[in-house]
Amino acid sequence: MSDRLRAALLIAPALAVFGAFFLIPLGQLAVAGGAGGYTTILTEPRYLRSLGVTLLVAALTTAITLGIATAVGLFLARNRFPGRGTLLALLTLPLAFPGVVVGYLVIMLAGRQGLVSEISMALGGERIVFAYSLAGLLLGYVYFSIPRTLLTVIAAAEKLDPRLEEAARSLGASPLGVLRDVLLPGLSPALTAAGAICFATATGAFGTAFALASRIDVLPMVIYTEFTLQANLAVAAALSFLLGLATWAVLALARGASGGAAG
Amino acid sequence: MSVAIKLRGCGKTWPGGTVALHPLDLDIAAGETLVLLGPSGCGKTTLLRLIAGLELPDAGGQVLFDGEDVTRLPIERRNVGMVFQSYALFPNMDVAGNIGYGLRVRGIPRAEVARRVDEMLEMTRLTEFARRRVDALSGGQRQRVALARAIAPRPRVLLLDEPLSALDARLREELRQEIDALLRSLGITAIYVTHDQAEAMALSDRICAMERGRIAQIGTGRDLYHRPANDFVAGFVGDTNRLGEELVRPEQLALHPSAEGEWTVQRATFLGPFVRVKLRDAAGRELMVDMPDLATPAPGARVEVRRRGPA
Ligand SMILES: Nc1ncnc2c1ncn2[C@@H]1O[C@H](COP(=O)(O)OP(=O)(O)O)[C@@H](O)[C@H]1O
Ligand SMILES: [Mg+2]
Repeated sequence: MSDRLRAALLIAPALAVFGAFFLIPLGQLAVAGGAGGYTTILTEPRYLRSLGVTLLVAALTTAITLGIATAVGLFLARNRFPGRGTLLALLTLPLAFPGVVVGYLVIMLAGRQGLVSEISMALGGERIVFAYSLAGLLLGYVYFSIPRTLLTVIAAAEKLDPRLEEAARSLGASPLGVLRDVLLPGLSPALTAAGAICFATATGAFGTAFALASRIDVLPMVIYTEFTLQANLAVAAALSFLLGLATWAVLALARGASGGAAG
Repeated sequence: MSVAIKLRGCGKTWPGGTVALHPLDLDIAAGETLVLLGPSGCGKTTLLRLIAGLELPDAGGQVLFDGEDVTRLPIERRNVGMVFQSYALFPNMDVAGNIGYGLRVRGIPRAEVARRVDEMLEMTRLTEFARRRVDALSGGQRQRVALARAIAPRPRVLLLDEPLSALDARLREELRQEIDALLRSLGITAIYVTHDQAEAMALSDRICAMERGRIAQIGTGRDLYHRPANDFVAGFVGDTNRLGEELVRPEQLALHPSAEGEWTVQRATFLGPFVRVKLRDAAGRELMVDMPDLATPAPGARVEVRRRGPA
């Protein structure tokens, strides 16, 4: 009994902080939407469409990022070569960039005066510009997400027992079989965790979309517009709460699915 | 099914310049159990991995399976079974899943896989654990799963790298006998790496003693014990006394109490099956004699030493 009391006392400060800085603002946000805010976003299709696009972009970003980070991470974890450290530093540099900077990088690459555009013109083709489309947005998000995902994958890959892979190969497994039966199952906890962070970050990403002034209406942009330009606090709050709820639901589903598969 | 293996001029130099193996030739007969014996770092694992196809020999080296040059054939196409000290079981599969893996990746029909897995489970006395997670098994059980997994696809050769070194002494002895029985009944060519000379003696048809990347001697356990090629081999497979030019094992000598004996007993250590007696003479030479625990002389006693006659 006294043990429990002590435990309760010990955890009290953490609960107080959690309540003050997390639950209370969240509650206020939920309430601020008011009946009006929620009615509006649920009846006007463009809000729900925006939510759908946001989740789609986040899901695509996560899938592409995990694919690239797994391939590159496995390679970097297994191979030692001159320049490996420099390459790793270069790959993880965008960790420090604000989303806006990433947006500008995409414009410099794929905007109207961008590198891709110039090259395609010089080659006598049509001017190729994709910075402001779904492809541009995805490029920015993936660029932004790769560093932290890559570091997680490398750390997990270095902990994999190389004997497992050798055992699978001795039993006749092809490289693809080794990937499917040994490497991916071994990396799955890390991939789930990194994927969740990647997805959540992508649903809330604002700076990149803002800098690109993209044709894609992601929800954080809509919230920003409602809040600052329309001063429509109720709708902005309701949308924020909805975005949080939807992200949480997707992550819970993903965790359930991967937990079931691994267990 | 099982193959004869030949190595020709197989050396291995690591990128850093470490020479793990000096170029060597080795012949292993079909169905033979060859034990690679030697201290840690002498190149046993490297040699095993060359045969497995996990490492490429230095230029000029050749690995032949029944005369066929497999030097450049990757391990997944060599049809070899491997057993590691760390078991290396797939944690995402249960016991039966592990054992059947090599059959499944070969595309063998499910019913056939199930039949073969049952057979393996029975052979290794694991039937009741078929659906267990591998992390819920003891070390000995895990190594039996690894063994069953390695032999299920009927490999051409079985390669074992210190399979018992992670187990405690009792279990080690038990499993060693099981492996021995298994190798005899399968008649498979097997290469077994160990640093334990007792294990090597018990399991081998022949022992290949290795010293710093070279083969020091190949022969039966008896050859190595009674006719060691050099001091290294002599010392590695047992304790020795040097009598002039000759090496004599402690159990080949007998003590006789005698007031004029030239040897004095220093110390008698009870070791269970026998007592080891350390002797010294006036010139400071030392001698070890093993004798039954019957009439052990006390320290300080004078003794004569004679060679035991042939039993
Ligand atoms: N992958 C490797 N890279 C560099 N050196 C290695 C590697 N593997 C083994 N060695 C070195 O090669 C030598 C032989 O090692 P090994 O074959 O593992 O010996 P053993 O199995 O007899 O203990 C040792 O000096 C070891 O440090
Ligand atoms: Mg070794």
